[in-house]
Amino acid sequence: MDELINDFIAETRDMLLALGGEIVAWEAAPGDRERLDEIFRFVHTVKGNCGFFDLPRLAALSHAAEDALADVRAGRRTPDSALVSAVLAIIDRIGELVMALETGEAIASEDDEQLIRALAPGQGPAETIAVEAAEIPADLRKSQRSIRLSVDLLDRMMSGVSDAVLARNELARRLRENPGDMGVEAAFERVSTCIAEIRDAITRTRMQRIDSLFAALPRVVRDIAGELGKQVRLDVDGGDVELDREMIEMIRDPLTHMVRNAIDHGLELPAAREAAGKPATGMLSVCARQSGNQILIEVADDGAGIDSERLVAKALAAGVLTPERAARLNNAQRNALIFEAGLSTAQEVTAISGRGVGMDVVRANIERIGGLIDVESRPGRGVKFTIRAPLTLTIIPALTVSGGGQTFAIPRSAIEEILRVGSDSVRIDTIGGARVATVRGRRMPMIALCDVLGVVPVAATAERRLILIKPAGGASYALNVAAVHDHEELVVKPAAPPVMAAGIYAGTTLADDGKPVLLLDPSGMAARAGIRAEEAEAAPRAALPVETAGAAARDERLLLFRSLDNVRRAVRLAAVERIEDVPADAIRMSGGRLRVTLDSRILPLAGTDTIPETPRLRILRLTDGAAELAYAFAEVIDIAPLTGEIRPARNPGQVAGVVLVDGEQMELIDPYWLFAEAGENGDAARPVCAIPPGDPWLENMLRPMIESLGYRVVAAGEGVSADIVIAGDDTPAPAAPQGATLLRLRATPQPAGEADGSIYRYDRAALLAALGGVRKETANG
Amino acid sequence: MAELLLIARIAGRRVAFPASQIEAVVELEGLTPVPGAAPHIAGLSALRSRVLTVIDSRAALELAHAAPGEALEAIVVPSGGHTYAVLVEAVDDVVEAGGDPSPFQAPAGAGWDRVATGMIEAEGELLLFADPHSFIAGPPLSVAA
Repeated sequence: MDELINDFIAETRDMLLALGGEIVAWEAAPGDRERLDEIFRFVHTVKGNCGFFDLPRLAALSHAAEDALADVRAGRRTPDSALVSAVLAIIDRIGELVMALETGEAIASEDDEQLIRALAPGQGPAETIAVEAAEIPADLRKSQRSIRLSVDLLDRMMSGVSDAVLARNELARRLRENPGDMGVEAAFERVSTCIAEIRDAITRTRMQRIDSLFAALPRVVRDIAGELGKQVRLDVDGGDVELDREMIEMIRDPLTHMVRNAIDHGLELPAAREAAGKPATGMLSVCARQSGNQILIEVADDGAGIDSERLVAKALAAGVLTPERAARLNNAQRNALIFEAGLSTAQEVTAISGRGVGMDVVRANIERIGGLIDVESRPGRGVKFTIRAPLTLTIIPALTVSGGGQTFAIPRSAIEEILRVGSDSVRIDTIGGARVATVRGRRMPMIALCDVLGVVPVAATAERRLILIKPAGGASYALNVAAVHDHEELVVKPAAPPVMAAGIYAGTTLADDGKPVLLLDPSGMAARAGIRAEEAEAAPRAALPVETAGAAARDERLLLFRSLDNVRRAVRLAAVERIEDVPADAIRMSGGRLRVTLDSRILPLAGTDTIPETPRLRILRLTDGAAELAYAFAEVIDIAPLTGEIRPARNPGQVAGVVLVDGEQMELIDPYWLFAEAGENGDAARPVCAIPPGDPWLENMLRPMIESLGYRVVAAGEGVSADIVIAGDDTPAPAAPQGATLLRLRATPQPAGEADGSIYRYDRAALLAALGGVRKETANG
Repeated sequence: MAELLLIARIAGRRVAFPASQIEAVVELEGLTPVPGAAPHIAGLSALRSRVLTVIDSRAALELAHAAPGEALEAIVVPSGGHTYAVLVEAVDDVVEAGGDPSPFQAPAGAGWDRVATGMIEAEGELLLFADPHSFIAGPPLSVAA
C-alpha cells in the first residue's frame, strides 16, 4: 500500500509541475479546449485516486474543481479570471496536501470550504486567494517524470565515476611507465571505454530539461502581473535544452528574480506603454539555448530600459562610484552598475522585487556556478539579460598552463584567446609599474601569473604566452604564463577553505599523472592583481595614447609625469608614441649628445644630461609624425585634459609653458623645441644615401663621412629609394631609383676615360662637393 | 572504554591525538605547492584520487620550517567536508589513554598552547593532548600576516 501511495504522490507531483503552465495558458485562451482537457484530466485523475486511497479532503477538492471544469467543458460556463484563480488555488491546495501526505504533516482544513466556494460563479475575492497561495512549495519542483531517484544517489554515482576516471588515469600512467603485456593493455582499453561510457551516461542522468525551470514561470508572471496591474505576454523558448540538475537548482532563484524584476521595474503600466506608442501588453521573453559547452539563458523585456543616469546618481550617492570614474564610464558600464550591491532603480521598494534581493545577488549566484551575466539596455526599447552558464559543475573543460615551474588549470569558459608574446598582433607596454597588452588595437591590463602567485619565474622559461581572460562579471585582462599545455576535461572539486582563502583558486583537480592541480579563479586573479573589475578595460584605453592620426590631431590630453630631476611635467598625449623601459647601457654620450639605442635605431635622448645610474630608464617616445625622440622621465603621474591657458615660459627651451592641472603647476614640455634642438628633422626629412652592401671600405670609411653630412645611409638594392646612390666602378651600375643621383667611385686616381663621371674615392673635396650638391638640391626641393 | 590515542612526533615532541579524529596514517607521494596560501599550507597531495590539503605542522605552530626532503609522513584528518594531511615527523604508536585529559598547569610553549587542549596520560607517560583541527586552522591571521 505504501508503495502505491508513493507512486500516487510522485505521479501527482509530476502532473502538477506540468500543469502550472497549462492553466495560465488556458486563462489567456479560454477557448483552448486542449488545455482545458489537460486540467480536467488532472483533477479527474486525482479524484479517482483519492477515492481509492480514501483521502476525503483531496477528493472533495478535486471533485469540486472537476465539476466546475466540466461545466466549462460542456459550455455551460465561460471561464473568467476568477474561475482560473479558484482552480489554481485548488490545485495549489492539492499540491500542499500531497506534500503533507508524504511528510506526515497536517494542514488545516478550515478553508478548504472557502476554496470550493470560490469556484462558484460570481465569486470575486477568488483573486486574492490565488495570490496568497501562489508559491509552489519548493519541494514540489524538484522531481520530474519517470522513475525517481534520490539526488544524493546521483551525486554519489557521479563522484564514484569521477574517482573511476582518476583511477583509470593513474592506471594509464603506470602502464605507460611499465609497458608490458599486450593483453593487459587491451583489457585496459576496454575498461577505459566502459568508464567513459558510464561517465557519459551518468552525466546525462544528472541532466534535466530546463523545462522544469521554465514551467513555473507562467504562473509567476501571471501572479505578479495581476498584482501590479500590468499586462504581460510571456514567451518561453528552448525548454528542451538540458542542464545539470544542480545548475538548474542554482539558476532557479536568479531566473525567477529576473522575471519578477523585468515585470516590476522593466515593463511599464499599460497606459504608459500606450502613451509611448507601444502595445499595452508588455513582452517578456525567456529563452534558453546551448552554445558549445555553455547554456545561454536570455531574459528580455520590451519595457522602458535601464535609466542609466539614475543608476549612476545612485551609485554616486551610495559611494560605490567616484565622480571621476563615473565620468569615464561608457554606457554599457553604466548599465552594468545594476549588478552593484545596494542599487535599485525602482523609485520605491515594491512588494515584488524589493525584498532585499538585488541584481547583485543574482550575479553572485550566477558567478558561483562559474557563469556570467551581462545586461544590454536600450532606453525605451527594453532590457536583455543574458546568463551564460556552464553545462555542468563537476566536469569542466580547462586549459592547463604553467607558471613558476608548476602546472595550473584555467576554466575554458573564461578564456577568450591564447596568444604568443612577440607575435605581431601583441604589443606590451610598461606604464608606471603596470603593464598593458595591446592586442589588435584592444588594450587591457596584463598580469603575470608568477606575480599573482608571488613566485619567482623559472629563469629559463621567459613567460611566452598571453591568455586573454574575461572573468565572470569583470573586464578582460591578459595573463602572462610560461607555457600553455593542453585542453582537458577536468573533474573539479572544491578546494579546502585554507586553500580557497588564498583568493585565487576555484578548486582542485587531479592531473593524469595523479598529481593535484589547482584551478585558477579568473576573477580572483584580477582582484589579486588589483584590476578593478568594471573599469579594467576602459581605464587603460583612456590612459594610453590613441594611435590613429585623426584622434591624435584633436587630442588635447596631457600625460603628467615626474621628470628625473623630480619636477612635475606634462606633455601632450598626442606627441607620445609610447612609453618604454630601456636598459641604461643602451644610452651613450655619442656625437655630442645623449642618445639611446632602441629597436636598432638611435634616438636623441632628452630629459637628462647624464647617463643615469639606475640599471633601467623609463622613456617617453615622442614623435612629430616623422622623427622620434626619447625623453627620460621618472614616473607617470596621470592623464589629464588640457584645460585653461598655457602661460608661456620666459625663454624658449624644453618647457613651452606652465599649465594648471588640478590646481598644481605643471611644466608643459615643448616637443617642437626638443625636435629642433635635437637637430634631426627626422629620418624622413634627411636625404638618403644608398651604398652597396657588403663593401668594407664603403661601410667603414665612407659611410661615417656621408652620415656626418646629414645623410641617412641605407643599403642599396632593388626597390630602395634614395636621393643618392653610390656605386663602385668595378660593379655594374645599379639602376638608380627615380630622382636619385648616381655617384660612382673609382679606386684609381686617374679617370678611365673622357666619359668617366666617377670620382676618385679619396678625393675628399670632390666627394663633399658631390654629396653637398645633392643635399642642397634635396633641401631646396 | 578508554579513548584511543595516536602518538605522533611533531617538532621533536611526542603528541597525543584522539585516534577517532584520524582517518589514516600515510606517506605522501609528492607535494603540489599552493602559492599565495597561508604559510602553514604545505601544499596538496593525492591519496587514492582524493586531494589532500597538506598542513605543515611546524608552521602551524609558528616554528621554523622543517628541512626539506624529509619523508612526508602525515596523519589524515577529515574536517568540514575536506580531507587534510597533517605532516608529522613520525607516528610512534596507538595506545589506550590512561585517563581523561587534564588542563595544563604551566604554559606548553608558544604555538603549542593553541593546539594543545591539555595533557593526557598514556602508558605511564604524560603527553601533550592536541586537537588536529587546530593545526588545520593554523596561526591566527594577525600573526601570519
